[in-house]
Amino acid sequence: MAPAQRTERLLNLVIALLSTRRWLRKEQIRQAVPQYSEATSDEAFDRMFERDKEELRDLGVPLVTGSDAAWFDDEPGYRVDRDAWELPAIDVTPAELAVLGLASRVWQQASLAGPASRALVKLRALGVEPDESSLVGVEPRVRTSEPAFGPLYAATRDRAPVAFRYRTGRTGETARRRVEPWAITSCYGRWYLVGHDLDREAPRVFRLDRVGPGITRTGEPAGIPVPADLDARALVRGRAGAPAERRARVRLLGRAGAALRLRAGAPADSAEVEVAFADLDELAQEVAALGADARVLDPPDLREAVLELWRGVLAAHGTVRDAPEAARATP
Amino acid sequence: MSPDPSSRAGSGPGAAAGSGPSRALAGRGGGRASGPSAAGAGAGDRLSRLLAMVPWLLERQGVALEDAARHFEISTDQLVADLELLFVCGTPGHMPDDLIEAEWESGHVYLGNADAIARPLRLGQDEALALLVGLRTLADLQGVEDSAALEGALAKLSAAAGDAAAAATSVQLDLAAGADTRVLAVVRGALARGRRLHLRYLVATRDETTERDVDPMELESLDGRWYLQAWCHRAQGVRRFRLDRVLAADELDEDGAPPADAVARDLGTSLFAPGEEVPLVVVDLDADVRWVAESVPVEDVTERADEPGGLRVRLRVADDGWLRRLVLRLGGSARVVAPPALAEQVAAAAQAALAAAQGEEPSAGPAAARR
Repeated sequence: MAPAQRTERLLNLVIALLSTRRWLRKEQIRQAVPQYSEATSDEAFDRMFERDKEELRDLGVPLVTGSDAAWFDDEPGYRVDRDAWELPAIDVTPAELAVLGLASRVWQQASLAGPASRALVKLRALGVEPDESSLVGVEPRVRTSEPAFGPLYAATRDRAPVAFRYRTGRTGETARRRVEPWAITSCYGRWYLVGHDLDREAPRVFRLDRVGPGITRTGEPAGIPVPADLDARALVRGRAGAPAERRARVRLLGRAGAALRLRAGAPADSAEVEVAFADLDELAQEVAALGADARVLDPPDLREAVLELWRGVLAAHGTVRDAPEAARATP
Repeated sequence: MSPDPSSRAGSGPGAAAGSGPSRALAGRGGGRASGPSAAGAGAGDRLSRLLAMVPWLLERQGVALEDAARHFEISTDQLVADLELLFVCGTPGHMPDDLIEAEWESGHVYLGNADAIARPLRLGQDEALALLVGLRTLADLQGVEDSAALEGALAKLSAAAGDAAAAATSVQLDLAAGADTRVLAVVRGALARGRRLHLRYLVATRDETTERDVDPMELESLDGRWYLQAWCHRAQGVRRFRLDRVLAADELDEDGAPPADAVARDLGTSLFAPGEEVPLVVVDLDADVRWVAESVPVEDVTERADEPGGLRVRLRVADDGWLRRLVLRLGGSARVVAPPALAEQVAAAAQAALAAAQGEEPSAGPAAARR
């Protein structure tokens, strides 16, 4: 169905459910909205109606179900709760609306871009024009490129327990984890899930890019108590960022590895740098990028991780004739 | 790990590319490419707009088409299409008396018989959450915005969102983590006061430290990193600087207004569009490194049939060294498909690195000997 027809169907559905004083049963709704006549079977109508209900709820439409006492054994009816429909009248100033616009742009390149821009359009109904002159030109953005973000965000929002396969950073082993999600946090450019690990019976922090496909909900929504004093960001920072508790020594050739030297506070021509790190994978990737120009002297697990990356690259590209010099022959 | 979006070879700050600021497209304010309407392609987004538009129009009978279109940031054609849609909708029965009345032939919009949807719809849960989380993120970055406007917006939005606000604590953004707060504060101050900055800046691709005066235009954060877009007097063009590579920043006692024709671009886009003359490279990505397709400028992306969740991307690469470093860090989850010479080069680099690392003495390895 073309989007315009679907919008028409949804609008007629909303109006029908808003203007009724009684509960409308599914069959009555099918009659009330002309576009449902396109459904050629009961099953097709059921699918359409389910999808439409979900769409309306996503948009904030307070769709409620219930039945009149007389129908005790009947199927439930639907209507829109008119008291809950309306956006409260708030007198937003032009400067405040500009800040709200900035807040919505945080999500511009992320999965919440749709809801963020819809919210702004709704606020436009209040009739205020934004005044952007007070903004100083700071534009924070997040992205949500991890495939796990969608399902884990929804589960956290709905407070529903989940299970997923997770690869542990230090050992590289994958295991099934059962978690009650408390919060989902972006820090250092990555998304983390903070929650109660049901098997370890303790709070845990999970990196979303290490969560495998096939995330399942294992319980009903709204079933999870979130600790009142939860400081998700502190938990994530403590795990992922400072303090960088380990140190590595890396030998660098020539002037290669400028960023590593900068972090280590070493001179631009130093042959060996000592850098602090917290995440082994991350430093391994940084060193691996430098190829033969970098060599890990210490610690051994970092050295092994870098070698493993190089072996992976070699395996993916097939072994090459014994001509390592070719690597240097770049312009 | 996320590669610097601006690190395409030859396009980083200070790169000696021949492109001036005229290559930059969308500017601040009116020219921004992604207003609220940009994402509104779906049926739900359109319905949402209609439900906001009807109450607004009912209170402004006779408003000019152009004014209404401007208020909702859509074209007048789109507005007319929306009115045509409203015109055929209404209460069950859908007899003429049941339908919404809409008139716009005169260039002025009149709306009637729309009592059912005369009041604006409240915010949905995700909608309220997205804005509240965004506002709290701005509030964390103290001094970023007019704090009275920010606090006002937070209080009013929380009140307007009602129950929908409750879930907002389940998402948190920590953008200040890991940033050099001193450099950030200097840059923010210069931006707010409209002053010129002097930077000592590391150009990583060339491994050199540079000194330059810049007029700050926009401070952006993406994937946990901060970037400054500024008019660079040394390069005579708009450049993007990674704040973690700024070794020192000082505000100068000089006006920092960039030239009138200098425009900032949205982060995530490259400042320079690579030309046709730059060779195309094909890379296969496994599912675990899909993010690469969003972090580097690609020509196109297709799903791979041979690897569930994997992607095949084509990108224009001016500097083989940049691509080689990217693939080396991905440890086999990315494979150069074409051109074959580049694939061989990457494999040879991995082999050389392994050979050098496995040399017994760090100082006597084959890699060291080549220098």
